[in-house]
Amino acid sequence: MKIAVLSGKGGTGKTLVSVNLAAAAEAAVYIDCDVEEPNGHLFLKPQDIKNEGVAVKLPHADPKLCTGCRTCVDFCKFNALAYIKDRLIVFSEVCHSCGGCLLFCPQKAISEKEREIGLIQSGISGNVRVVSGMMNIGEASGVPVIKKLLRDSRKENKDVFIDCPPGSACMVMESIKDADYCLLVAEPTIFGVHNLEMVYELVRLFQKPFGVVLNKCLEEENPAEDFCLQNQITILGKIPFDLKLGTMNSNGQIASRKHPKYKDLFLNLLETVRKEARHETASDT
Amino acid sequence: MKIAIPVDNNSMDSSVCISFGRAPYFLLYDTETEGSSFLDNSAATSQGGAGIKAAQNIVDSGAEAIITPRCGENAAEVLKATEIKLYKNINNSIWDNIEALKEGKLNLLDDIHPGFHRHGGN
Repeated sequence: MKIAVLSGKGGTGKTLVSVNLAAAAEAAVYIDCDVEEPNGHLFLKPQDIKNEGVAVKLPHADPKLCTGCRTCVDFCKFNALAYIKDRLIVFSEVCHSCGGCLLFCPQKAISEKEREIGLIQSGISGNVRVVSGMMNIGEASGVPVIKKLLRDSRKENKDVFIDCPPGSACMVMESIKDADYCLLVAEPTIFGVHNLEMVYELVRLFQKPFGVVLNKCLEEENPAEDFCLQNQITILGKIPFDLKLGTMNSNGQIASRKHPKYKDLFLNLLETVRKEARHETASDT
Repeated sequence: MKIAIPVDNNSMDSSVCISFGRAPYFLLYDTETEGSSFLDNSAATSQGGAGIKAAQNIVDSGAEAIITPRCGENAAEVLKATEIKLYKNINNSIWDNIEALKEGKLNLLDDIHPGFHRHGGN
């Protein structure tokens, strides 16, 4: 089963939930799709690291064949191409590597060159296979890295935990596309509700079964919980706002590996998620 | 000399548009014939790469100079491949800027901003 963990903003607890669930499971795969700043590996500390580059294709025009007809320039909806002074200029950061310019060039003057935009790092941490996507500094979009991360993980038969980027934009959409279930993490504040709403709208748009984990819970009022109750959203579990958990987390430790109390907490959460996901998938068919 | 200026409306009373790539029109003014025309900026509504497309349109129009409040780095990259000169406007009035250019009172625009694409600092 593929479980995507998402939230409307950074620092809500996506990585905390993902790494702890993966560690609590018998065997799991953890995929860090937060390619702008992956940090799951800081907790899981994987061994036997392997790196693999991720490249995108960029058009390149052969000046001997190009007649300057501009079919490619007019075709490109992203305006990644300009034809100036008998020369095709390619804006690599704007190009989405769709290959359309190559297909439509009447002179067959365009070929593709690879450009590396990031890498995928994989390793083992106990029961968890850890796969992280890392985008090179200065790149505009991490979508190609996420695509490759998830394409490579399709054959996995273990539970897969996808640690999504924050927010609800392109990179998050790419991360949840193939997920069987979405787990939304929420903070108990008004701002937390605002962020929860963003991802709530997204998972509904994608028609994904989902539930909410309330993080940093105190005894006091919880606006995120109220929001869930009002909108009949399943609350899968609550993680307390507690000093011990916070300290372990900020020291890069995995609570469910360090302390039986937290192991129980995340095992219970995992069971609830599994039950919910099965139930949702069953009611879909 | 043919000058291009990003403008808010397609009339000579229009003000200079604050944006280059997203300007609705470009005024094309010929200082010799004193003739003017307005170019619909087809790049204004594009999702991305507006500066690139707008620069391409201006190059194609045969302009030799551009007067603009600002210019992003992608547009500048396109213009760099040409002999077109980029001047910084002095105020919002089309006529003031044309006069100033004729008298050689306009400065070249040299601070190219990194764009407003929500990456690269802005």
